[in-house]
Amino acid sequence: METAANLAGAPSLEGIEAPPLTFLQLVWLRFKRHKMAVFGIVVLILLVLYSTLGALFFTEADANITDTSIRLSAPSTEHPFGTDPIGRDILARTIFGGQISLMIGFVAVMVEVIVGVLIGAIAGYFGGAIDNILMRFTEAMFNVPQLPLLLVLGKVLSDKVPPITIIGREFSGSVVVIIAVIGLTSWMGLARIVRANFLSLKEQEFVTAAHCIGTGNASIIFAHILPNTMAPIIVNATLGVAYAIINEAYVSFLGVGVLPPTATWGNMLNGAYRYIDTAPWLWIFPGLFIVLTVLSINFIGDGLRDALDPHALIDLN
Amino acid sequence: MTRYVIRRLLQAIPLLLIISVMIFVLLQSSGDPLATMGGRRATRPEDRERLARVMGLDQPIYMQYLYWLIGNDWMDVDVDGDGIPDTPGTRRGVLRGDFGKSLVTRGKPALDIILERLPNTLLLMIPAEIVILTVSMAIGIYSALRQYSFMDQLVTTGSFIGYSMPIFMIALGSMYIFGVNFKKWGLPYLPTVGMFDPKVGKTTAQVALHMILPIFSMSVISISGYSRYIRSQMLEVISQDYIRTAYAKGLSERMVLLGHALKNAAIPIVTLIGIDVPFLLGGAVVTEAIFGWPGMGRLFLDHLERYDTPVVMGILMMISVAVVLSQLFTDIAYGWLDPRIRYDKARKGGHGNSC
Repeated sequence: METAANLAGAPSLEGIEAPPLTFLQLVWLRFKRHKMAVFGIVVLILLVLYSTLGALFFTEADANITDTSIRLSAPSTEHPFGTDPIGRDILARTIFGGQISLMIGFVAVMVEVIVGVLIGAIAGYFGGAIDNILMRFTEAMFNVPQLPLLLVLGKVLSDKVPPITIIGREFSGSVVVIIAVIGLTSWMGLARIVRANFLSLKEQEFVTAAHCIGTGNASIIFAHILPNTMAPIIVNATLGVAYAIINEAYVSFLGVGVLPPTATWGNMLNGAYRYIDTAPWLWIFPGLFIVLTVLSINFIGDGLRDALDPHALIDLN
Repeated sequence: MTRYVIRRLLQAIPLLLIISVMIFVLLQSSGDPLATMGGRRATRPEDRERLARVMGLDQPIYMQYLYWLIGNDWMDVDVDGDGIPDTPGTRRGVLRGDFGKSLVTRGKPALDIILERLPNTLLLMIPAEIVILTVSMAIGIYSALRQYSFMDQLVTTGSFIGYSMPIFMIALGSMYIFGVNFKKWGLPYLPTVGMFDPKVGKTTAQVALHMILPIFSMSVISISGYSRYIRSQMLEVISQDYIRTAYAKGLSERMVLLGHALKNAAIPIVTLIGIDVPFLLGGAVVTEAIFGWPGMGRLFLDHLERYDTPVVMGILMMISVAVVLSQLFTDIAYGWLDPRIRYDKARKGGHGNSC
């Protein structure tokens, strides 16, 4: 971040008497003025707290207990969000489902960022035939509509991975599959942005200078050029979390994503439309959580886009 | 222009090949198509082996792909398993219009099954696209002309929410309100499932009535996105010099807005239609599943469920071709609408190597 700070923030502030703000302070100042983005952060923190602290009141077993004698019972004091078609408590399931949905969102984006940045950086930096091959591949991936592709991958792979245990909790192996699949089908936009930035940045003097003192390619890519293109990556990754959560919800909703008993907000909705006129609480609560999460992340992404825009850094008031 | 189109079409060929290899390998290397073939006749191991040989499933994956792509009627297939090819192959391959035979609906060509459902999907997609364009234009222009008004703020917030909605939430929500609750309250309600009421039959009025909710669900997200886009386009255009000139020469506001501003603001919208095709097709899968609409999206889900590679591949390839073509068309339309854009001029990459 230091290189980015020097380039984007400091020069415009030369000669100002107050101690110059760091890049992060600048970004925070600008971000704060974006009311909806701050609102988004608050809501997102609340949602994370809901699904983590909620686990103190319910165990995962509570979320998976089936009791068909109370199936499809309406919200009551005992089951504030009602129960699903096999009598599981929806409140407990939204808590544990939230953990999985949020985790899928964040981890899938990490996969997306790693792949997208690597491909974009390599294509942009080396150019020529490598660039050509990588960009053709990117284009091919772009041309497969993502949802059908996700469905194929989810269907083909989701029951192939055995359940895994992390920190004492057992996850359906399909969680890992969905994370990988979502990450590996959504990196194309990011790769294009990174490539475009690399194409212009690699012509700049600081890269030539680095070359001249014998810096290796990997070091130039990751230590010199990449920090200068962090802003679009951060914005893209933020919005990517919302996108990943929606995509997980789509595939799980259609029954080929994360497999039960592991709950996610998406697979809780699976089949809910069959009870549309008798049990609306089946979809209202998990659906509301998805919409709130996606909305708040979109607001944050929007705020970050404005806050990180280097052209706007001068305008502080 | 012709040269440009030809070049683009030629570029599309390797692209489609890459896509088809990726999906074919994925589908074919996992899942057991034989296990889903009814299970009655194919349960005996020797029957399974025979079927596998007939269908070419005993071959290595690249041969299976070749059969899918160019067929196997130019060679003999070893059906009885003695290592000597005996029966001439019958498949003609995708390149000659043979998508193979469906494994689920036995013996029926995959292409026929898909084409049966295609009109139903188009029946949703085309009206949805028209609704999306007209509504988002109306909203976008309105909020551009009344920038920062109360309505504009309302539309901005609304579009942000709409954009963050998964399709199924819009679908379930609208079903619940207009289908379930309107019925409960004794209001005229909308049907939520299927294409027509079996009691009434497949009349135009019935189908139109059943189309309302699916089209609504498919349009909301795109409308939210486009109206913002059109608003910003419109704002940019109305600050241009030629708009001031148009006002200065005494044209009515209506003439200026519709004749000059909109015409120029509308150009980038063409590209949106191209982007929309894959999005709508994806949305169609979800929408058709929820509303029980007998279209290609549901066909895709049903046959994916049973690893019916020929049908699934067929649908995916048709979608991919549609995406490639729609992008080409939008690029052509773009150049035609905006005379500043010329595709024929050879553009060499601007980032030359310097050393």
